[in-house]
Amino acid sequence: MLIHPEEILETIKMVTNENLDIRTVTMGINLRGCSHPDIGTFNGNVFSRIMRCAENLVKTTEDIQGLYGIPIINKRISVTPVAIVAESCRADDLVSVAETLDRAAHEAGIDFIGGFSALVQKGTTQGDLTLINSIPRALATTKKVCSSVNVATTKAGINMDAVALMGRIVKETAELTREGGGIGCAKLVVFANAPDDNPFMAGAFHGIGEPDCVINVGVSGPGVVNAAVRALRNPNLGDIAECIKKTAFKITRMGEMVGREVARRLDAQFGVLDLSLAPTPAVGDSVAAILEAMGLESCGTHGTTAALALLNDAVKKGGAMASSSVGGLSGAFIPVSEDQGMIRAVQRGSLSLDKLEAMTCVCSVGLDMIAVPGDTSAATISAIIADEMAIGMINRKTTAVRIIPAPGTGVGDMVEFGGLLGSAPVMPVHGFSSETFIARGGRIPAPIQSLTN
Amino acid sequence: MSSSRFVITVIGLDRVGIVAGISRVMAEHGVNIADIRQTIMDDLFTMIMLAEVKAESFELAAFQEAMSAVGKELGVQVIVQHEDVFRFMHRI
Repeated sequence: MLIHPEEILETIKMVTNENLDIRTVTMGINLRGCSHPDIGTFNGNVFSRIMRCAENLVKTTEDIQGLYGIPIINKRISVTPVAIVAESCRADDLVSVAETLDRAAHEAGIDFIGGFSALVQKGTTQGDLTLINSIPRALATTKKVCSSVNVATTKAGINMDAVALMGRIVKETAELTREGGGIGCAKLVVFANAPDDNPFMAGAFHGIGEPDCVINVGVSGPGVVNAAVRALRNPNLGDIAECIKKTAFKITRMGEMVGREVARRLDAQFGVLDLSLAPTPAVGDSVAAILEAMGLESCGTHGTTAALALLNDAVKKGGAMASSSVGGLSGAFIPVSEDQGMIRAVQRGSLSLDKLEAMTCVCSVGLDMIAVPGDTSAATISAIIADEMAIGMINRKTTAVRIIPAPGTGVGDMVEFGGLLGSAPVMPVHGFSSETFIARGGRIPAPIQSLTN
Repeated sequence: MSSSRFVITVIGLDRVGIVAGISRVMAEHGVNIADIRQTIMDDLFTMIMLAEVKAESFELAAFQEAMSAVGKELGVQVIVQHEDVFRFMHRI
């Protein structure tokens, strides 16, 4: 036998005990051919285009799951940013487009559809504005639609008018989904340097440089890395980095195999493999637990940023060795509500919003799934977004904010979202005002790319 | 897919009739055993088989269901996976 029994059992253990899974198979669909001045016709075009591409997506991924015995948790679709393809529609709002996407998602049997999005890093067109203003109602009336707005890039700077607007949009979205604890905001991401090929929600969209139909795969495995690190006996940090690298390598190989096979069967191009440590509410499947396994008493204490930097870099190195198609976000996610370890760290007072912000300097994405008090002002939310965008812009990396000002809640309350979204402890924000700063508007210029100290 | 070979892993407490029960279901589905290893790991009976399928009419889902069912009868866990998953993960 070519494969050693111990290797077989190792793989099986990763799946059965350590929550190794393919987090998502995301099909990217180009909608550029769907544009039409009449919004009804446009919606019809969008629906039939999605159904034509994604008809067999769920069946195929389920077949592959059976064949390899590796669970594939989510099947998703991302589409060309709707603001671009709906720009020519004569319509005052685009809620009906979101409803069309939702209907297509239900029909195709997928979990989420992303791309109710706009790219406004340097300025906002009328189409972008129509879309952004439709976001709160779109997210309140649909279940599976995810929205994202890119407000900053390293090359363009930060569009502070858009940042100010998004603070208000986040508040309004929370208000309109008040009964679900503001769950609409869990489907809305504000980005800096948004990747074109990200398979993870809520920020997935099909970028404009992408092919017609593409399969992107997101692999996850914080539980596997956590178990591997904990199995080491008295390691130094170099040993830990080496162990994480090897584990990431194995996880990535598996994702690549699945992605290529799904793409082949669906006659789509294989895009990228996104190797992200995406935690789930399951015990042990936690990024915070990995940091604590390195020797921190509680995630968020001094040393957390360094530990996270080690983790994130080792994951990327292992992934880059294993596949030539690593892309998307690729790194460690630190969503609070989806990670038992993070929730515990917030509850025992070791993890604050400020520390989370520092952590986003060295890891993938940003302030993710964070609940703040319902009375947090739109300007404060905009200012939180602005800080995070600045980190992404200066460090030439993707950062994002997915924040939930849960209506009617205060610090210490828990907000339940259910499923993979988990539950979030409401975290305090600074009481001092950012109102005047945000009200100034305009643009923060793109940063200098030399003199990098 | 490079072949239609499957790795069948049987894990559980040792008892009489495991090999007989498992191989009977395999024979019924036209699945040939190419290689077989058996050990006791962590006090658990562990049998790993490399199985080959030639028949065009072979249906993986039905076979997996039958294997799980016989596994349940015998009190063991039976996992059927395409061999590529291990080849990809552990070999460059």
